[in-house]
Amino acid sequence: MSAVCPECEAAVEVENLIVGEITFCPDCNAELEVLNVEHPEVALAPEVEEDWGE
Amino acid sequence: MRLAILTSRVRVEEKLLVEALRQRSIDFDLIDDGELLFDLAQPQERWQSYDAVLCRSVSQSRGLAVLHVLEHWGIPVFNSAAVTALCNDKLLTTLALQRAGIPVPRTMLAFDAEHAIEGIETLGYPAVLKPVSGSWGRLLARINDRDAAEAVLEHAETLGSVQHHIHYIQQHIDKPNRDIRAFVLGGRTACAIYRHSEHWVTNTARGAVTDNCPVTPELDRLCVQAAQAVGGGILAVDVFEDPERGLLVNEINATMEFRNSIAPTGVNIPQEMIEYVVSSVHEGVAL
Repeated sequence: MSAVCPECEAAVEVENLIVGEITFCPDCNAELEVLNVEHPEVALAPEVEEDWGE
Repeated sequence: MRLAILTSRVRVEEKLLVEALRQRSIDFDLIDDGELLFDLAQPQERWQSYDAVLCRSVSQSRGLAVLHVLEHWGIPVFNSAAVTALCNDKLLTTLALQRAGIPVPRTMLAFDAEHAIEGIETLGYPAVLKPVSGSWGRLLARINDRDAAEAVLEHAETLGSVQHHIHYIQQHIDKPNRDIRAFVLGGRTACAIYRHSEHWVTNTARGAVTDNCPVTPELDRLCVQAAQAVGGGILAVDVFEDPERGLLVNEINATMEFRNSIAPTGVNIPQEMIEYVVSSVHEGVAL
């Protein structure tokens, strides 16, 4: 089972990923965040915010 | 032993920490800081089930807020809220380092453009302007002359938030196309890297390349003292080599990235981090 890219509706494999990991759509290259692995679901990854860092 | 890792995103670093936890057969949960809801008067049982929480939030403000709440509830956290708050703020870090007698680049502080230019010209061109908070080398400006100073300060005051109206002005260090990042765990420097770049900003997030930096007794002593000056824990200490003054501590990171530092140093940094957390919990030295 694959997730569906919210940008272009392509199939996105999440089988070997973990929730919270960032992946890319194989078709449109959108940056995606894995929301669920058992019931594959991804969302557009959040934009980098000003307070992000080390 | 049961740990929680607080995340905003699961990056390479968090995956390596997960691998280290699995190798040690330590039970753990990954917790997304975006999904939290705290009733401050009622500690949630979920958190009481952890022996410690390791903050890996990429959002510094979220991570710090969660650390404050968990500490308030008596949950051991790494790093402590106080250490994280200090390291997230370049002004507070510089003051803590100066208080401990650690050599740092000369730094000035001003609150309007006129006085900022006076500070820059006291240090001499080039000087470096930085936001007091921020990471990954973002919004750093090397100011080579008065025209650049006036332009950058006007932009900061017009386009920036109120935080950008605090002008943190640092002496420019003529470093040898590299700086040093040292990884300090408690009372020792586990390893260090050089970050090489032709650009004056030597963050790996800005394309610097890394290789091993030998941990000399001098570097170890300086970095451990610097880490202790901000309260200690799991810290990355950034060091400049000043041709005149020797080693200077630039800043300290409380939620360090380390993906580019394992191969050159040969040190399994995520494993060392987990060992440090486990031994601190066992020794009751939780922060």
